[in-house]
Amino acid sequence: MTKENIITIDNKEFAFEPGETILEVARRNDIFIPTLCHLKGTTPTGACRICVVDVKGARDLVPSCAYPASNGMIVKSESPAVIKARKNIIQLMLASGNHNCAIRQFEPDEWTQFHLKVLKEDNYNELCPVWGDCQLQDLAYRYQVITKALPVSDSKYPMETVNPFIIRDFSRCILCGRCVQACREIQVNNAIDFGYRGAKAKIVAGADVALKDSDCVFCGECVQVCPVGALVPKETFENKKRFEKSKKVRTTCSYCGVGCQMDLTVQDNKIVEINGAEDAEPNHGSLCVKGRYGYNFVASPERLTTPLIKKDGKFQEATWGQAFELVASKFMEIKSKYGADSMGVLTSARVTNEDNYIAQKFTRSVLKTNNIDHCARL
Amino acid sequence: MTNTIADIELSDVILVTGSNTTENHPVLSTFIKRAALKGKTVIVVDPRKIKLTEHAQKWLRPNPGTDIAWINGLMNVIIEENLQNDQFIKGRTEGFEEMAAVVKKYTPSYVEEITGIPANEIIETARLFATADKASICYCMGITQHTCGTDNVKSLANLSMLCGHLGKPGGGVNPLRGQNNVQGACDMGGLPNVFTAYQKVDDPTVIKRYETAWDVSGLSPKPGLAVTEMIHKAEKGEFKSLYIIGENPLVSDPDLNHAEKAFKNLEFLVVQDIFLTETAQMADVVLPSFCFAEKDGTFSNTERRVQRVRKAVEAPGFTREDWRITCDIANKMGANMHYNSAKDIFEEIRKLTPSYAGITWDRIETKGIHWPCPTIDHPGTPILHTAQFTRGKGLFHAIDHQPPAELPDADYPYILTTGRVIYHYHTGSMTMKSDGLNKMSPECFVEISPNDAAKLNIDDGEMVEVFSRRGKIKAKLAISHKAVDGTIFIPFHFAQAAANRLTNSKLDPVAKIPEFKVCAITIKKAA
Repeated sequence: MTKENIITIDNKEFAFEPGETILEVARRNDIFIPTLCHLKGTTPTGACRICVVDVKGARDLVPSCAYPASNGMIVKSESPAVIKARKNIIQLMLASGNHNCAIRQFEPDEWTQFHLKVLKEDNYNELCPVWGDCQLQDLAYRYQVITKALPVSDSKYPMETVNPFIIRDFSRCILCGRCVQACREIQVNNAIDFGYRGAKAKIVAGADVALKDSDCVFCGECVQVCPVGALVPKETFENKKRFEKSKKVRTTCSYCGVGCQMDLTVQDNKIVEINGAEDAEPNHGSLCVKGRYGYNFVASPERLTTPLIKKDGKFQEATWGQAFELVASKFMEIKSKYGADSMGVLTSARVTNEDNYIAQKFTRSVLKTNNIDHCARL
Repeated sequence: MTNTIADIELSDVILVTGSNTTENHPVLSTFIKRAALKGKTVIVVDPRKIKLTEHAQKWLRPNPGTDIAWINGLMNVIIEENLQNDQFIKGRTEGFEEMAAVVKKYTPSYVEEITGIPANEIIETARLFATADKASICYCMGITQHTCGTDNVKSLANLSMLCGHLGKPGGGVNPLRGQNNVQGACDMGGLPNVFTAYQKVDDPTVIKRYETAWDVSGLSPKPGLAVTEMIHKAEKGEFKSLYIIGENPLVSDPDLNHAEKAFKNLEFLVVQDIFLTETAQMADVVLPSFCFAEKDGTFSNTERRVQRVRKAVEAPGFTREDWRITCDIANKMGANMHYNSAKDIFEEIRKLTPSYAGITWDRIETKGIHWPCPTIDHPGTPILHTAQFTRGKGLFHAIDHQPPAELPDADYPYILTTGRVIYHYHTGSMTMKSDGLNKMSPECFVEISPNDAAKLNIDDGEMVEVFSRRGKIKAKLAISHKAVDGTIFIPFHFAQAAANRLTNSKLDPVAKIPEFKVCAITIKKAA
């Protein structure tokens, strides 16, 4: 690192690589700069301007997500002017749509009371489905923005609920464009874009059709990156899920061979939502429709729950003891009657390495045959 | 994969063949699509106009089952125009002369005759691929599910070696594995001819090592049967019992009418699964097991990365972990297979599996490791063959075009090729439990080109009957610009109209993979 590449943020000096933005240098050094439209790995749009910072000598505040660091630059991440600007932006966003997350109606000291009341009643009809998990709400709270005096805007567009996976609530959309970036630059499905102009601006699919009639393949990347409650998984919405009661478990997707890392949100012993793990290879937060929304099989009422033994062409429930007794004795009988090579095992490309290892150990060391295979070819 | 998934984005040219990537490996396809967005060259070689062709600079449309011919054609042009990587060929390979001699006759015009790909497209593609600094090949079952599948794969390896595109970032020959742990099932010795890490079952030293480690004697030195062979034998009454763990061959296997007969011939069938699948319904005993969200363990992905699987929910009813069930059966038969946890099993795997020896659950707690990883301080191997190939020098194979086992004729004038759709997975036992996925893809369909549909005088959405020499199914006609004239596509997911009642069970002699991608059919309006 040469002496040339030094930027000062909040009175501290930091080295940077040429081409790094102010935001990137700040994030790398744990300096908080809020973002809404910024999406890692995509072209910065500077659309929301919440990330503005004070750069000494600049005429206006600059969006840190799109502004490259330069040598000798002196930055204030949260100067009074910055705070004022951010408050203003948040206020306008809250006023632009249906953001009834309590900040609107209450003074800060009343907020906690409302929070507790809502937790107790847990009533979605009053509240945004991502209440408690919303970046705009977090920022409104951080900057203590009160919008009591502002009028409530009616939504210009009705909610879209006609597909099986994603609720599009335009009344809560802040037009940050993260969903568009995700769709065009990360998943490259090119299903959605900005449509219309000015006050009528809207995120549209195709020629403003429903998602199900567009190029959308329901990967859900847009839902995962939506900072507010404009895009919500339909199941989350319908199940009135609250994050407070759930836990998250990191695991590997059980569909194709890509091995996406994902976080299962579990509540009351049920998977209620799946998100891609943003900090992990190989998928960096991306998933597909099966991985993200195809988890109903886990809690399906059709799951087998007890061993079954067929008698006279019909299955009867059995205990494990009865099942093991029958399987072991039949295997031993067939082995002695016809020889081990008349027997085989199909292990599975679906089960774990540990399950597979045990299956081949059983085949080779107990049955004493190498007749073991799986459906790699199918 | 010889390289990693992330590596794809580093390639200058990406050749994708026999892979409907956006539907079958959607997240991996994002790497290819992003590369295209950043100006890299994507070349798709596929008989169907798949979604990925929209992102490709070039789309070559071969007749189904003519892959060796077009690959040889590319190599012919590369050698004719002296675009090969002589340094790589000289230093790292052998058998070049023999291969070049065979390739000589695959001139662009000869290849056009066989494949239907215009000669100038062969020439342009060859130049693009050979002159790229870094070029990768991604392939899937459109390459392997042929009676010449092994030779198809060898041909792709030839092409990559010829240009020296192996053993470096952004290069490689990359098979996209279809199932979450198909790589792991192979690594773990879930194959008839090898123990873990592909150690041969007929190697006396290996047998001795396993007999000692497992404290048993008399392990069989005779390679076993592949699933497709077991079924052929069962049909003849020469195979008596099957223990099936988490598979549904009665939807996924070729020529189902014969497969069903074979299963009926078994004296004893045990199926261990999470659902009462089509296969489980035929079982004598059904054993209920855990699904992935209820288990601790590891999966190995398509880039050989060993990753953790973690228990998130409690399993229903009296279900048990797969390994516990198998161990209990073994112990009931007098064996001594006792483990406290999946982690204990992994520790045993490490001792017997050189490529996994350095991997521990602690090391992969937050980030998986690519095998081979021989020691505890080894970082893993994201890219294979960087200094040398497994056998030392890379061997060129001299391979001639071989036609598919069954081609269209007067009685069965169309080619059937089977595959998958994005909303379903394999035989649908998991995805078909989701109302949303079912809504998006409710039933089987018969994809046909507008020309062929007009010729048959059948409308979109009408029910048709599809016949092959082996069976028939009934499904809706779907007229699509994805389809080529003369070739019909049917997804195999749907048991109700199982495409595998039609498919040919002829196998590749080495890999024993069935020829799902080509068989002859006829089609008519349903009565």
